Amino acid sequence: MTFSAMNRRTLLLLAVLVPILILLGYVALRSGPLAPVPVTTTKVESRALQPALFGIGTVQARYTYSIGPTVAGRVLRLNVHVGDQVKAGQLLGEMDPVDLGQRQSGLDAAMRSAQAQLQQAQAQRDFAASQAERYDQLLAVHGTSKEVADVKRQELRVADTALAAARDALKRAQADAQGVGAQRGNLKLIAPADGLITARDADPGTTVVAGAPVIEMIDPNSLWIDTRFDQLSASSLAAGEAARIVLRSRSGQTLPGSVLRVEPLADAVTEETLAKVRFAQVPKPLPPLGELAEVTVSLPALPARPTLPNASLQHVDGKLGVWRIHADKLEFVPVKVLGSDLEGHVQVDGVKAGERVVVYSQRSLRAGSRFSIVDRIPGVTP
Amino acid sequence: MISLAGRDILHAWGKFVFTGIGLGLLIGVTLTMAGVYRGMIDDAMVLLDNSGADLWVVQKDTQGPYAESSSLYDDTWRGIAAMPGVASAANVTYLTMQVRAVNRSQQRDVRAMVVGVSADGPGTAGWPPYLVAGRQITRSHYEAVADIASGFRLGDTLQIRRNRYTVVGLTRRMVSSNGDPMVFIPLKDAQQAQFLKDNEAILQQRRRTAENPAFNRPGVPGLLDAVIASQSSNNYVNAVLVRIKPGTTANEVAEPIRRWKRLTVFTRAQMEDILVNKLIATAAKQIGMFMVILAMVSAAIVAFIIYTLTMDKIREIAVLKLIGTRNRTIAAMIMQQALALGLIGFAVGKITATFAAPIFPKYVLLLPGDSLKGLAAVIVICALASLIAIRMALKVDPAEAIGG
Repeated sequence: MTFSAMNRRTLLLLAVLVPILILLGYVALRSGPLAPVPVTTTKVESRALQPALFGIGTVQARYTYSIGPTVAGRVLRLNVHVGDQVKAGQLLGEMDPVDLGQRQSGLDAAMRSAQAQLQQAQAQRDFAASQAERYDQLLAVHGTSKEVADVKRQELRVADTALAAARDALKRAQADAQGVGAQRGNLKLIAPADGLITARDADPGTTVVAGAPVIEMIDPNSLWIDTRFDQLSASSLAAGEAARIVLRSRSGQTLPGSVLRVEPLADAVTEETLAKVRFAQVPKPLPPLGELAEVTVSLPALPARPTLPNASLQHVDGKLGVWRIHADKLEFVPVKVLGSDLEGHVQVDGVKAGERVVVYSQRSLRAGSRFSIVDRIPGVTP
Repeated sequence: MISLAGRDILHAWGKFVFTGIGLGLLIGVTLTMAGVYRGMIDDAMVLLDNSGADLWVVQKDTQGPYAESSSLYDDTWRGIAAMPGVASAANVTYLTMQVRAVNRSQQRDVRAMVVGVSADGPGTAGWPPYLVAGRQITRSHYEAVADIASGFRLGDTLQIRRNRYTVVGLTRRMVSSNGDPMVFIPLKDAQQAQFLKDNEAILQQRRRTAENPAFNRPGVPGLLDAVIASQSSNNYVNAVLVRIKPGTTANEVAEPIRRWKRLTVFTRAQMEDILVNKLIATAAKQIGMFMVILAMVSAAIVAFIIYTLTMDKIREIAVLKLIGTRNRTIAAMIMQQALALGLIGFAVGKITATFAAPIFPKYVLLLPGDSLKGLAAVIVICALASLIAIRMALKVDPAEAIGG
């Protein structure tokens, strides 16, 4: 009885102690630095890659027109409002002529007066001409003295000169009047092309300086995206490449487009290459100018080469490379990146297709780290 | 020869085992506390490890970018990259802020350290060195890689200031020195996020500028626009992360940058010093203090338990003495029991600490070295505590077995 009771107790004690010991062993080996690092792996594939370039830009118009007076003045009236469609040559508004009207009537009067003076000079000249002719005939029959005939000829020449002067005076008066007319015409604000009014910077009554815009308009069919690409990956950006445009206000919608030109001047401060991307078809309704747009440009496809996920790339001891699994051991293989796409694939030189490389790991890996290959790193929810 | 200690343990095994488990929970708390302390230091260390840098170039006379704010022009890196011994230089920004996931049914709001990484691609200093899911950032805007501790998932949409970012990758143990999870976004977005005010503030600022006659001059059309544009751009970064060429030492490379670029440069050792001795010093001391007290309390409790266990048996010991058992045998029995208790306690403690560690919101790092030190301490404490008990046991009068 005593013996069996003792035995039962030993068993019970062992039943408590053995699990504790097993748990301790598990804890010691499965956590901390001795534990294997869970990793996921993938096979390097040889495949072609479709690289793309991602940039952002703002919607801008290729042709914008700032219309304003060439001299300082006051706005008299404006016929258009923001959003109006206008035709080339349409009168958009007018500047206040101030005293130009009065000056014009003065000049018109001066012109009429010059005309009258011309008529008067013409009459005097006609009379002087007939007098001179008459005395010439009298002189021929010795009916008058040569002196009187000379006087009449001289009077004719004076009348001729007065007539020429009167003609020039009339021309001058005409030119003056035309000048003021042209100035009046210049006060009209005329649309230089078909377009859309985008801004009305001054309202009637406002005084503006010479050159200040009163009305701004754009050509709505010339909308493009002024796009900025990081210089690091922009090497194969070229005109004509297809682009996908997503406007910030229509994030679910992808609009087709193409690169119109890559600007010869880059932004030195922000280290970006600038390019103009054109819509295949300008979207309706028109996106507001200045709206942010994301542009993805499809670059020329790369030939099939060993390709792996970019999560595999690690930086160890000053070198970029991947962890290759070779004979159940980890080894670090330096690689050179040859190309990449936006979906996270990279083509590399340094590993061969078919080799196994580590993609994800729970910790940083070291050569000789113990590892266990898992489907998913613990803690990651699908 | 039969084991007296074993026999005695078997006799009252339930009491013994449960005392051991209770003691183990106490040891577990102490070990966890040590883990919390180590975790704080580890948070600071992984921050440095994950940046992948050998040198940190920051604004002159600041202790940035982690301990103090620092700002450099974002083209400073070009000059640094050309300095002797520099293998690569990369801009980086750090900003701790609330990050929201907006695509879930209930909006999550997580305090995170937003890191702006330059667009050079995976492996660059500042980039997450490894991932646990998804992919690295490939677009120069509006993508994010988040630490798994943030609770974000692949495909989540994060709102940082006014822009939305898609989580394309997840990483692990990328935390700030405070233990906040990191969210990596492209540098240009981060620069904007760091500086960008809300739209109200921008409007106010524009209005103020427009009302300033110095900037809004009727004779100079376009001046106001230029001033506003210059006000709302940010071309600063917080630090330049430098990797040095093999065969050079950090100090060798740092010195010319300090001297000729007139910037402050920290090496790894100096950065560790700043983080551990300055940034988290008080918090770490607080935890350390608490751990010391816990260890002392544990020691006292262990001593009490063993003492009481022995005192419970004082009558039996008297009987043993009466039948002529040698003192050595009695002492060995008490000592063995104390050590067995300590070992059970340690095992239970280690197990509970290991299983409890992942539940803690901040990182708890259980070092095997700490565990071994703990084991040694437990054994020493148990041995010392048993000495007192042994002394009591040996002093007992055999007559007590009959009397009492």
